[in-house]
Amino acid sequence: MLLALAIAALVLVPVVVTFSSFARVEGDILAHLIEFALPELVGNTLWLILGVGLGVSVLGVSLAWLTAMCEFPGRRLFDWALLLPLALPAYVTAFVAIGLLDFTGPLQTWLREGWGITGLPEIRSRGGVILVMSLALYPYVYLIAKNAFATQGAIALEAAQSLGLSRTQGFFRVALPMARPWIAAGLMLALMETLADFGTMAIFNYDTFTTAIYKAWYSLFSLAAAAQLASILILFVLVAVVFEQRSRAQMRYSAVGRSAAQRRIRLSPTLAALAFLYAGVVLAIAFLIPLTQLALWTREVIADDLDTRYWAFAWHSVLLAGIGALMVVTVALLLAYAGRKRPGPAMMWTQRLATLGYAFPGAVLAVGLFIPVAALDNWLIDTGRAWFGFDGTEILKGTLAVMLLAYLVRFLAVGFGPIDSGLHRITRNVDEAARNLGTGAAGLLTRIHLPMLRASLLTAATFAFVDIMKEMPITLMTRPFGWDTLAVRVFEMTSEGEWERAALPSLAIVIAGIIPIILLTWHGTRSHN
Amino acid sequence: MAELVLDSVSQSYGNRQIIADLSFTLPEGAIGCLLGPSGCGKTTALRCISGFEPIQHGEIRIDGETVSRSSWMLPAEKRRVGMVFQDYALFPHLTVAGNVGFGLRGKSIAEKQARIDELLKLVGLSAHAGQYPHQLSGGQQQRVALARALAPRPSLILMDEPFSNLDVELRERLSIEVRDILKREATTALIVTHDQHEAFSLADWVGVMHQGRIQQWDTPYNLYHEPANRFVADFVGQGALVTGEVINDHQVEIELGVLSGHIPVECDASGCDECVRSCHVDVLLRPDDIVHDDDSLLLAEVENKAFRGAEFLYTLKLPSGQRALSLVPSHHNHAIGERIGIKLAVDHVVAFRRE
Repeated sequence: MLLALAIAALVLVPVVVTFSSFARVEGDILAHLIEFALPELVGNTLWLILGVGLGVSVLGVSLAWLTAMCEFPGRRLFDWALLLPLALPAYVTAFVAIGLLDFTGPLQTWLREGWGITGLPEIRSRGGVILVMSLALYPYVYLIAKNAFATQGAIALEAAQSLGLSRTQGFFRVALPMARPWIAAGLMLALMETLADFGTMAIFNYDTFTTAIYKAWYSLFSLAAAAQLASILILFVLVAVVFEQRSRAQMRYSAVGRSAAQRRIRLSPTLAALAFLYAGVVLAIAFLIPLTQLALWTREVIADDLDTRYWAFAWHSVLLAGIGALMVVTVALLLAYAGRKRPGPAMMWTQRLATLGYAFPGAVLAVGLFIPVAALDNWLIDTGRAWFGFDGTEILKGTLAVMLLAYLVRFLAVGFGPIDSGLHRITRNVDEAARNLGTGAAGLLTRIHLPMLRASLLTAATFAFVDIMKEMPITLMTRPFGWDTLAVRVFEMTSEGEWERAALPSLAIVIAGIIPIILLTWHGTRSHN
Repeated sequence: MAELVLDSVSQSYGNRQIIADLSFTLPEGAIGCLLGPSGCGKTTALRCISGFEPIQHGEIRIDGETVSRSSWMLPAEKRRVGMVFQDYALFPHLTVAGNVGFGLRGKSIAEKQARIDELLKLVGLSAHAGQYPHQLSGGQQQRVALARALAPRPSLILMDEPFSNLDVELRERLSIEVRDILKREATTALIVTHDQHEAFSLADWVGVMHQGRIQQWDTPYNLYHEPANRFVADFVGQGALVTGEVINDHQVEIELGVLSGHIPVECDASGCDECVRSCHVDVLLRPDDIVHDDDSLLLAEVENKAFRGAEFLYTLKLPSGQRALSLVPSHHNHAIGERIGIKLAVDHVVAFRRE
């Protein structure tokens, strides 16, 4: 219990730290913030939430309904392929979109020179950001809504039809409202990612809190301003968290069993063609075209860029993701075990708190964890100087400590989910059976739990590994000198507008990102059988 | 292979008494059974014996050695008590042979293999040694669980609702099989169930439990024919109570005639302490105590009937309006409302004081 509380406390540190930054106000910076930056930041953020929320809901729900409930050519393929955009970090989709659609990009050039068409809407706009984010994040809604429809859609429709409603009425009046908690949960996850996103916003030059925090950190060198901005962002995030948790509670109450014989709706040839076209276009612009473009760009630059420096970036990415994943899995395992040892409402709340870090934007965590570590560092240095004649300027600051700690907080939930559910599958009777057969605590762990948890541990590690590899703001803001990763390289190249040279590191990240999607769909089909 | 003794064992969660003053002795090599409705404390009793629950009062002894007493218990893994769980709790990552061999330690590989082979043969699963639990049927999993528990030659085997996850036909067959296996291994075993058919077909000794107490610890035959109290009479088997008047301490008169038995009649507390003439009691009539006889002058009206295949279970309305049950061979098919001839065929008089 104490251990679980300690882990939960780690999550609270950034919150407390960022909010306490208001205690020491740097007058002119704060005044500047309030007068010029804040109104724009809040406005931009609200537009983003509105637009992306609408975008992911429409895309996610409609595609989920088509693949879960209807029959049309290619449905089996789309069923899992529509998850693939998850492998593309939004910032990759973003720079590919700009590279393709910008005034100097191939599409506009071709239209202009070949057909004399000009005046296409500017991609670097609010609409462009919303479009890119929606395409990158709709799988969150799609995945969870698909599960909801697959488990209760057929029953809902049949019940509605038996009461005299048409299919369309049945969808809007029964199936959709029934799936609302699921859709809302997926939507909130997508919005949390939107609020947390840094890379896309930086590429589009669209000012939101994450980019403002970064600027305060690097351009103004004002920790306090960064922390104050972070605390406002946390407020937005907490609203999303509350909605998400409420939806999850409703999911538990309204969960129904799998519908027995799932009969899909046979679409008429015209509708089937339209469905195919729709799903195909979404898949193409959200995944296939960006991936192809990445590959093409990579081919252009690979001869020059695939050098020792590139391998150093890749090595740093793999090393950090590896250490981070190991930490996440270890702590998640401890937390899950604590829950098994002392179950109860107090433990449940502690676990929930401890895994809340997924909601906090990386930029917030970077600030919220750097400040206390720096303070600790100063204290250590002062003490060291007074007692041992130590003369350095940093002990922890120059190390990976802050970065790894931030990874841990942000991605603990990713590892905790599979491990906890894996541990729940080992019933108490299994433990007792082993003890009856003369096995002590150590034997229980090595002979029963670890072998039974192997798949869950592997899943947890993979998810955490890939998420850390994709992660941008924490790495960017807290990496020690000389620790550039693939994601950092992508940021540097895109901030100079060199899309082609950002392609090579992006491609490596995307390829790594496909692994968990394969795991996800494999697991999905396995649990169906 | 050891005697199991429970000596006034009590256990409670907070204020709630789960088992109270539980005492019984299960002789070496015998199969015992705790029978009772859900929530009667039988599973808790089992967990106390296996060493997963502490006890507050009393003592549990296995083979003469105390394993639990108030505020002390020998850890489960040191008790040499095997357990078969309701959900079997097989280890999904190990094969059938791996599961059975799990508890065998401090033995050479050859010895282990020999014991695994022996047990798989005993439970008839030699051909499945290399399979994983999820590839087996429910009945096969059940037998793997039994073999796994038997493998280390425990002094005692405990089984918690061993057949509740199986369908009805399989239950009957398996319970005979399990009895056979346990007897061949000469293991002392205690089984918990809410199903009296299971208890009767498996056990040498049955304890009927209610509200944390053992109501009667006896052979199945005696439980049915000589229930110690109303609860046991009601829980075990079917029957009806009719009013009777005491003639002397071994005879009672009911409206169908005079019954004689060898157990003392339990008398009314109000007005007559001793069983003397004209005390009123409730007499238990089992469905097999009333026999259909077309020639009999005693008539009763068929109020309800349930077809059981080989026989009908008739609910009869006696002349006084009291109800009784009768088991009648199924070629005597009478309509509801018909009056049929009956006669008494009672071996054991069971009478309870009136409440």
